[in-house]
Amino acid sequence: MDALQGHLLTAVIFLPAAGAVLLLLFPESASKAAKWFAFGVSVLNFAVSIPLWTRFDISTSGFQFVEKADWVPSIGVSYALGIDGISLVLILLTTLLTPVSLLFSVSHVEKSARAFSISFLLLETGMIGSLAALDLALFYVFWEVMLVPMYFIIGIWGGARRIYAAMKFFLFTMAGSLLMFLAILYLAVNHHSATGNWSFLLADLTRLDLAPSTQSFLFFAFALAFAIKVPVFPLHTWLPDAHTEAPTAGSIILAGVLLKLGVYGYLRFALPLFPEAAMRYAPWLGVLGVIGVIYGAMVAYAQKDMKRLVAYSSVSHLGLVVVGVGAFTATALSGAVLQMVNHGLSTGALFLLVGVLYERRHTREISAYGGIAGVVPVTTALFLVATLSSIGLPGLNGFVGEFLVLVGTWSSAHRWWAVAAATGVILSAVYMLSLVQRVFWNPLVHDENRSLPEIRKTEFVAAAVLVVLMVWIGVRPNDVLSRLAPSIDAVQKTVLQKQAMAAK
Amino acid sequence: MSSPLSLWLIPALPLLGFLACLLLGKKLGKSFVSIAGAGSVGLATIVAYSRLIPFFSGGHAPVVERLGPWITAGNFAADFALRLDSLSAVMTSFVTFVGFLIHVYSIGYMRHDETEAGYARYFSYLNLFMFSMLILVLGNNFLLMFVGWEGVGLCSYLLIGYYYEREYAASAGKKAFVVNRIGDFGFLLGMFGLFTLFGSLDFDRVFPAAAADPGRYAPALTVVCICLFVGAVGKSAQVPLYVWLPDAMAGPTPVSALIHAATMVTAGVYMVTRCNVLFRLAPEAMAAVAVVGGVTAIFAAIIAVAQNDIKKVLAYSTVSQLGYMFLACGVGAYAAGMFHVFTHAFFKACLFLGSGAVIHAMGGEQDMRRMGGLRPKLPITYWTFLIATLALAGVPPLAGFFSKDAILASVFEDGRYILFGIGLLTAGLTAFYMMRLVSLTFGGDFRGTHEQEHHVHEAPPTMTMPLVILAALSIVAGFLGLPKVLAENGNRFAAVLEPILPKLPAAESAAHELSHSTEWALIGASVVVALAGLLIGWTWYAKGKGAVPDRIAAAWPGLYALVADKFRVDELYDFLIVRPFQWLARMLWKVVDVLIIDGVLNAAAFFVELAGDLLRFLQTGNVRNYALSLFLGLVGLVVLVIGFAW
Repeated sequence: MDALQGHLLTAVIFLPAAGAVLLLLFPESASKAAKWFAFGVSVLNFAVSIPLWTRFDISTSGFQFVEKADWVPSIGVSYALGIDGISLVLILLTTLLTPVSLLFSVSHVEKSARAFSISFLLLETGMIGSLAALDLALFYVFWEVMLVPMYFIIGIWGGARRIYAAMKFFLFTMAGSLLMFLAILYLAVNHHSATGNWSFLLADLTRLDLAPSTQSFLFFAFALAFAIKVPVFPLHTWLPDAHTEAPTAGSIILAGVLLKLGVYGYLRFALPLFPEAAMRYAPWLGVLGVIGVIYGAMVAYAQKDMKRLVAYSSVSHLGLVVVGVGAFTATALSGAVLQMVNHGLSTGALFLLVGVLYERRHTREISAYGGIAGVVPVTTALFLVATLSSIGLPGLNGFVGEFLVLVGTWSSAHRWWAVAAATGVILSAVYMLSLVQRVFWNPLVHDENRSLPEIRKTEFVAAAVLVVLMVWIGVRPNDVLSRLAPSIDAVQKTVLQKQAMAAK
Repeated sequence: MSSPLSLWLIPALPLLGFLACLLLGKKLGKSFVSIAGAGSVGLATIVAYSRLIPFFSGGHAPVVERLGPWITAGNFAADFALRLDSLSAVMTSFVTFVGFLIHVYSIGYMRHDETEAGYARYFSYLNLFMFSMLILVLGNNFLLMFVGWEGVGLCSYLLIGYYYEREYAASAGKKAFVVNRIGDFGFLLGMFGLFTLFGSLDFDRVFPAAAADPGRYAPALTVVCICLFVGAVGKSAQVPLYVWLPDAMAGPTPVSALIHAATMVTAGVYMVTRCNVLFRLAPEAMAAVAVVGGVTAIFAAIIAVAQNDIKKVLAYSTVSQLGYMFLACGVGAYAAGMFHVFTHAFFKACLFLGSGAVIHAMGGEQDMRRMGGLRPKLPITYWTFLIATLALAGVPPLAGFFSKDAILASVFEDGRYILFGIGLLTAGLTAFYMMRLVSLTFGGDFRGTHEQEHHVHEAPPTMTMPLVILAALSIVAGFLGLPKVLAENGNRFAAVLEPILPKLPAAESAAHELSHSTEWALIGASVVVALAGLLIGWTWYAKGKGAVPDRIAAAWPGLYALVADKFRVDELYDFLIVRPFQWLARMLWKVVDVLIIDGVLNAAAFFVELAGDLLRFLQTGNVRNYALSLFLGLVGLVVLVIGFAW
């Protein structure tokens, strides 16, 4: 146990990968066994990740559960891991959403289920690794490890236009991350010429003294990679296609975790590495966030496809997160990180429940439904709660994050962002409640919906877990916020200090 | 003395009822749902009164019960804390009691028509509403108030759309939620403003700070108060956001009584009264409140005159009466406004429940043109309905007379003679349309079908008992707030509210007290107007249909149609807001997303592909191919440049 204690992060990162390797031993035909095995591994991994939460020390702002070993010493690449409050909550979100997605998939993925399970577990390793890496080279490796399984998940198990969507997803992400890779190399070379040592450690690279123009250039390279991932308007158009074509489990993870890595990368790397540039361009970021909130919501309203509607709602929600990051007050930042978790839960649940309907009717067209509340009351109730969480009803999780972002932004230098972004409160009700009305209320006009089967046990458990968390965070947000507070303060302080030093 | 029961029990009991009905209701059946649903609210009422009686008989000292922190982040903090003070005590007194009566009524109203699942769903929503409303009223900070505020909005949405398979009901529910969200947008901005001004959203911190240093806060408070008032305009259905309330009548009638008449819609008045310290420091905001209230009062009353749906008349009447309440707040007569909230809860709940009994008896019929002659058939409903009508019309000594008179006197006292005139005219219209309603429904001959005539019967005791109790309260409730001319210390209601209406150092223009003779004259005027309205309503419609109104309609057909069509405000909003919004949403998607952004990207992809092809041509060594590639490259570049520039 003590051995595990020192390597808890390694365990959480590589347990899924180990599971994926073991899956190779399964015969290809044992698809049911492979799916349940993958689910079991992800549940085990969730259990292993719980001590991260319970043993997390909220009195310190430093990185915890730190591990460090040489990896490629000749060029200074090291295996350095560690988490703060921000990575903690996102890792827990990942270890939670992975079993939720796999549980849903148990009854739905038929085609090469073993390969699907392997991809999914590798994806989990990539995501958690990205969230725990403190070495930029290591981070980049995990970042790319994430990309490949997701490409396959969309491209193989996706819907009709899956190849186009997978290509688009891959090219967008690659375009951004290649630039980031060059910027990382530049930083390492710069570090070598300044100190004579090779290092990719975040802690070392943040100490570099970069000329303002260099900083701007490198910042753009990082920011672009992260902005595509978020996605920030106008770099968002890969998202609706990827979301719509991805299988349900893929959409849950894509919305729940992958998008968050954009904001996470910005907070973890771009801000401390290039504080002056980041603060200089923060206003642009905030404006793009505001545009994202309103634009995403309006385009969502125009959709005829349920999944595409939820996908555009993600653009709107993540826009609000970006507003909070741009405003950069402690309150807004706390709200932004909390909102990432909230969005993972609510949008994850919405994709899951849309998946429940899709698997029964094989259409995502909103007009193919209507009046099914009486046929599938449990599905309806769950969808309604997820909707209310998504539109920020007080008492549920979404409200807390939304309110903190807005009140924190209002008290920043950019009050009008808060005013403009707060219109999202109205717009989200408009598009989500029209969706609910057109799918669940109204007269039942399509006879094939009369015999729509109710949600299954596995699907129900997967959705209910998310609903319970929505209520929990809505009522006890401080369980999350208290873990974020020291880290948010630290991020803010480092950036403002470096900015002040540079000003002198 | 034993320790008092916790305030938290009051909202917690309906919350338990909600969970019980939701999770077990379908399985355990209607009797269980009736007991859990109505019983939880009954218990909550008992607990509430165990706290209210000592409070009212004691010194009215506010009590705050803190459960623990809720949100702590950055410099922001808000607690779970409930507050029992004069204002929340008054609200709780009728919210719990009227709520309980309506739950009991609902047993009779809903039991036979609904399936087990539907019945459980109905009571779970109704209990969730009680929980939210009590949080709204008892919360000790703006954020907790907002939890209740949006919670009641949610329940309203769910209950308006209770018959979800009817498209009209589902749309009405959505409309209510969205329009309320427009108001909530204002409420949110108001809270942001308050937090930056005072560093807290606690009532205990905000109001004393503002009262102590008006000079510092007053300039910013105008904007903050107007933002908050936008929230009240949405929730309490004032012009221009009133449009959701008439549509809300698509819900079951007891819901209309509880949510859309007696309790939820008065939340805006409660909020403005709660913030009276802030509003009094912002005279422009106060003026806005008064004007919006006055305009809404007369506007809705005019529409009510020409409606034929019994519930629509009552809905517009509610909008109009809420206007009165804001009119009172706007001239600084917060106690009078709250008094009208209080009395209105009894007679309007009685009217809605009475209309429910009528609709129930008529097998779902809501059009008054197909009613008539119901007086002998539904005696209890008739008499209770008549009492509540007279109370609403302001006939002394019924409840509405005293509260309405207090408002009109305050408006006059404030020197707002135009608004006073509007208020007086509205009083006359109110008396008229209510008597028209009574005459059309209960007077004359029966105009329904044979089947209906055979079916008509008085409601069961679960329904008539609440009617009788509410009618009795409509008679006596007014005596809590007697005007000065009748009894020097007769306004016990205002005395109770005094602690929440503190004197401000920057005293508002010292109100010149009205002389006794003026006050008698005002009372005389409002009584005359009310009686005139009743008389006209009676004589014009006594036979069930009016010859005079028909002549008026024939003389000005355009005007009559405009009023009957509710001034076509919905159509106007549809044209000005809804359609352009839908168009813009489609344009953003099809043009910005698909055509421009993806267009640019596809052009870039096309360029890459083209470059690949050109490179292949390069390998041929054929000069003509070189020329062609040059040309194609140029075309590609031009396409790209155009793509980017566009």
